[in-house]
Amino acid sequence: MTVKEILETMDYGPAPESAADALAWLDERDRRFGHFIDGTFTKPGAGFDSRNPATGATLATLTQATQADIDAAVAAARKAQAGWARLGGKGRARYLYALARLLQKHARLFAVLETLDNGKPIRESRDIDVPLAQRHFYYHAGMAQLMDQTLPGREALGVCGQIIPWNFPLLMLSWKIAPALAMGNTVVLKPAEYTSLTALLFADLCRQAGLPKGVVNIVTGDGDVGRMIVGADVDKIAFTGSTEVGRAIRETTAGSGKSLTLELGGKSPYIVFEDADLDSAVEGLVDAIWFNGGQVCCAGSRLLVQEGVAEDFYRRLRRRMDGLRVGDPLDKCIDVGAIVDPVQRDSIARMVEANTDGETYRSAATLPAEGCYYPPTLITGLSPASTLMQDEIFGPVLVGTTFRTPSEAVELANNTRYGLAASVWSENINVALDIAPKLVAGVVWVNGTNMFDAAAGFGGVRESGFGREGGWEGLAAYTRPSGKAKPLAKVDAFAGDKGPEDGIDRTAKLYIGGKQARPDGGYSRNIYGRNGSLVGQVPIANRKDIRNAVEAAQASKGWPAATAHLRAQVLYYLGENLSARAGEFAQRLDQLTGARAGAKEVDAAVDRLFTYAAWADKLDGDVRSVPLRGVALAMREPVGVIGALCPDEAPLLGLVSVMAPAIAMGNRVVLAASEPFPLAATDFYQVLDTSDMPAGVVNILTGNHAELAPTLASHMDVDAVWSFSSTDLSAAIERGAAGNLKRTWVNNGHARDWMGEDGEGQIFLDAATEVKTVWVPYGA
Amino acid sequence: MKMNSTTKTATHQLPQTLEPRNPGTELDLDWVARARANRSAIERRAASLPGRRSVKKDYQAAWLLKAISCIDLTTLSGDDTEGRVRRLCAKARQPVRADLLAALGVEGLTTGAVCVYHDMVPCAVDALQGSGIPVAAVSTGFPAGLSPFHLRVAEIEESVRAGASEIDIVISRRHVLTGNWQALYDEMRAFRAACGDAHVKAILATGELGTLQNVARASLICMMAGADFIKTSTGKESVNATLPVTLVMVRAIREFFDTTGYRVGYKPAGGISKAKDALTYLALMKDELGNRWVQPDLFRFGASSLLGDIERQLEHHVTGAYSAAWRHATS
Repeated sequence: MTVKEILETMDYGPAPESAADALAWLDERDRRFGHFIDGTFTKPGAGFDSRNPATGATLATLTQATQADIDAAVAAARKAQAGWARLGGKGRARYLYALARLLQKHARLFAVLETLDNGKPIRESRDIDVPLAQRHFYYHAGMAQLMDQTLPGREALGVCGQIIPWNFPLLMLSWKIAPALAMGNTVVLKPAEYTSLTALLFADLCRQAGLPKGVVNIVTGDGDVGRMIVGADVDKIAFTGSTEVGRAIRETTAGSGKSLTLELGGKSPYIVFEDADLDSAVEGLVDAIWFNGGQVCCAGSRLLVQEGVAEDFYRRLRRRMDGLRVGDPLDKCIDVGAIVDPVQRDSIARMVEANTDGETYRSAATLPAEGCYYPPTLITGLSPASTLMQDEIFGPVLVGTTFRTPSEAVELANNTRYGLAASVWSENINVALDIAPKLVAGVVWVNGTNMFDAAAGFGGVRESGFGREGGWEGLAAYTRPSGKAKPLAKVDAFAGDKGPEDGIDRTAKLYIGGKQARPDGGYSRNIYGRNGSLVGQVPIANRKDIRNAVEAAQASKGWPAATAHLRAQVLYYLGENLSARAGEFAQRLDQLTGARAGAKEVDAAVDRLFTYAAWADKLDGDVRSVPLRGVALAMREPVGVIGALCPDEAPLLGLVSVMAPAIAMGNRVVLAASEPFPLAATDFYQVLDTSDMPAGVVNILTGNHAELAPTLASHMDVDAVWSFSSTDLSAAIERGAAGNLKRTWVNNGHARDWMGEDGEGQIFLDAATEVKTVWVPYGA
Repeated sequence: MKMNSTTKTATHQLPQTLEPRNPGTELDLDWVARARANRSAIERRAASLPGRRSVKKDYQAAWLLKAISCIDLTTLSGDDTEGRVRRLCAKARQPVRADLLAALGVEGLTTGAVCVYHDMVPCAVDALQGSGIPVAAVSTGFPAGLSPFHLRVAEIEESVRAGASEIDIVISRRHVLTGNWQALYDEMRAFRAACGDAHVKAILATGELGTLQNVARASLICMMAGADFIKTSTGKESVNATLPVTLVMVRAIREFFDTTGYRVGYKPAGGISKAKDALTYLALMKDELGNRWVQPDLFRFGASSLLGDIERQLEHHVTGAYSAAWRHATS
């Protein structure tokens, strides 16, 4: 077209970013790559092609890692780890700073290579992915620098196996590697097979930064390689990817003692209230669902619009969709690039084609004739029952429905297996700030979407996984308490055949929903003292009792909503009432355990109740320093309903140590009492009854831990399971927990000193809470 | 909305020959109350726009020529003289060196208008005789708009009599700041009536309105009261045209068009001095409103130094060498 003609059409025309430097970088390496193990690139071996999805052209041939490669990488990481940790936080900070600087210096090379490999628009890789990756290394250079001061008593986990997805290859690498290295871990990382190139370029940077050999190892390959890493001798697995694979990893690693964090799928709601700035909310959707072609785990993919403005909003949205420019990702004037691979494009197309509900609108944007593209799509008029409202599409497809009231918006938003992110649009601060905490999600954006920063935690709840990346909470995923724990000692019940020594028969029952309840099965077990005389009977709870207890706990909705001051009062009152009956409990404990430590244990239990009463209104959230005019709130929220297998060896103190932090933070609990010595727990419900504890907040079961654990672990309405049983049930619990990907905290065969420092503190409070990040940009 | 991408541009015709004028509507306070502008979200959109849109090579040259055709070449200084205005008008007639235009294969390019104070109108009209370039006069006690109301109306009438075919009025900011929407509407109605056949551009002085929400409301009210154009600034406020303000105003224009079917023009003024900025503004207009609004009858830049930067970019495009200001005729 001539200039004169363009004056008439006012077309944008091509604005290509040159790929020359990135291609030259590939050419210099003959377009063949091995793995990066122990500071060197291995000889390229048999493998697979990495393609440019925009053209289908082969960019390079990569090597499929073998078991021997994984063994070598893990061995190198293992060898390097002690020295890396010994270097100290300040020593490590310098390397992380160097990596941040190097990422900055090679920013455009990374951006172009990422776009070639992944198909995302150059604008995104250049303006979002690469700057955020740099930011993550800068931030964690700071965390390394401050570790000795800010994290006393914590140390590196060891060797971390890290498996990352193809949607943000370099950024996810940064989210994994930066905190791991900062805390003194070494890593074996596997990029996704579609998008390994920027990881290999990063490996090159590690050499330029002079990083000690073996600290970072990068191996390439498909899911089989991922499985090898999961099975390898590593201390932690960090995985970002699909919920299906995350669940499989949970099952595989169950009972292995490997630390695990999972950042999985989502179907994040995008809620538009009638008083929202509708045009801005439409524009927000461009960043929510058409960012990276919707191939974003936290994409705002589920649109919920208030009924009165729905048609108006859809009209604006459709027009905006028509203005999206879809095409060559290397063009600087493109909004939506290529889908990462034909396999993914076909999967998107299949899901959309299978849908017969609602009304489907496709952007009028022209798609390139060649290459792997899918048009921006909107499907309105769906119901929560529609498959597309439930299942993650992972493409540029937005689905939606309407709501009438704020509470209905919350109900629809939370009607999902996932819980990664959510957006709320309203100009009314009352509405927005009321809704944000009610949304079941790890991240909530008010009047915005897809805001990220290294200082703000990111991660999900429910089947979106567990663990946080970024912020202080992200460091918990890469550290553990220092020191070595003693092995667990099984505590057995005493046998006996004598009758009771004295007294009137007392009937201990289960304690469910604030009432004493007979066991569903109708069976009881005799409890004997050390001398073989009968102390009493306890009910044998079965799966139906667990069901009832969980229902009662879930029904107790007032407790998490109650003020922290009220929770503190109840806990203090519990302590007071336990103290009033100290003698009786001490005697009971001595009778059960045959020891003389009862009085001391009761005293410690009273103290512990007071401690968590004190904590109830002091575990504050905080405001994070993110680059935004606004606030990013890191709010501490209760996990929900926690099932706990209480310590066997400390029948009262153990139960209190588990219960108190959980309820102080607003959780409700289902407690399986000490298996050998359960009668202290059944006495304890009388204390609960006299202490203004609302019904259902604490539920107490007695019975066999090994029988109760799988039911508790697999219960879909339980949010976390803890086990301190002297029977090591870690494997069974973690396996069962894979079902709804609930949080687990198990002892992995290690003992805990309940009388000592390990029996209380921050670690309990952290387990009892989730950090929810709420982004609130503002501006008059 | 119909996005007509093939509309013929006739830079030498007065706007009303292309588009029916906006007659205005009743004052609809419900609509005004519904107006929302979320500053953070708007700023995010504005901040990402320059990174989302890029025009290169011949396309860039064409876009820059388009920008020139949309410039209201302006002088609004206390020391303006006839000589100065005549020089400006000569530049408006021939904004780009002839050899450059020839190299680009374009002829007959002029700026969109010449914009002056009332006293300079006769001279400008004379100097532009036969060029088809309209003369715009700033009016109504520009820039503060605080002279007696009847004098402000009379000033419009004088300027129209003197030959101005476009009148840039300033609104009473105090009506916006105190929420006196009826007064704002009535004032604008009176100004529009005084303009007669001359087109009226309503200057909101957005830098003095306090919030983007107020910008949105004032935009709607001025359009309801019959503005042909809404314009950001006088150029005399401490903050003049910005991308966030532009987004708010063009979204109001879009909504007004969706509701009434009348196209109202947009004029950012003040602070736009770089060719790159002009491209971003054009892209914003194109993306938010469509190609129809990237024409001089619906889009103007109020600018004095922008042209100079564009000329240098055009010479660079033609020769491949970076240019210098002295190689281009001054105004």
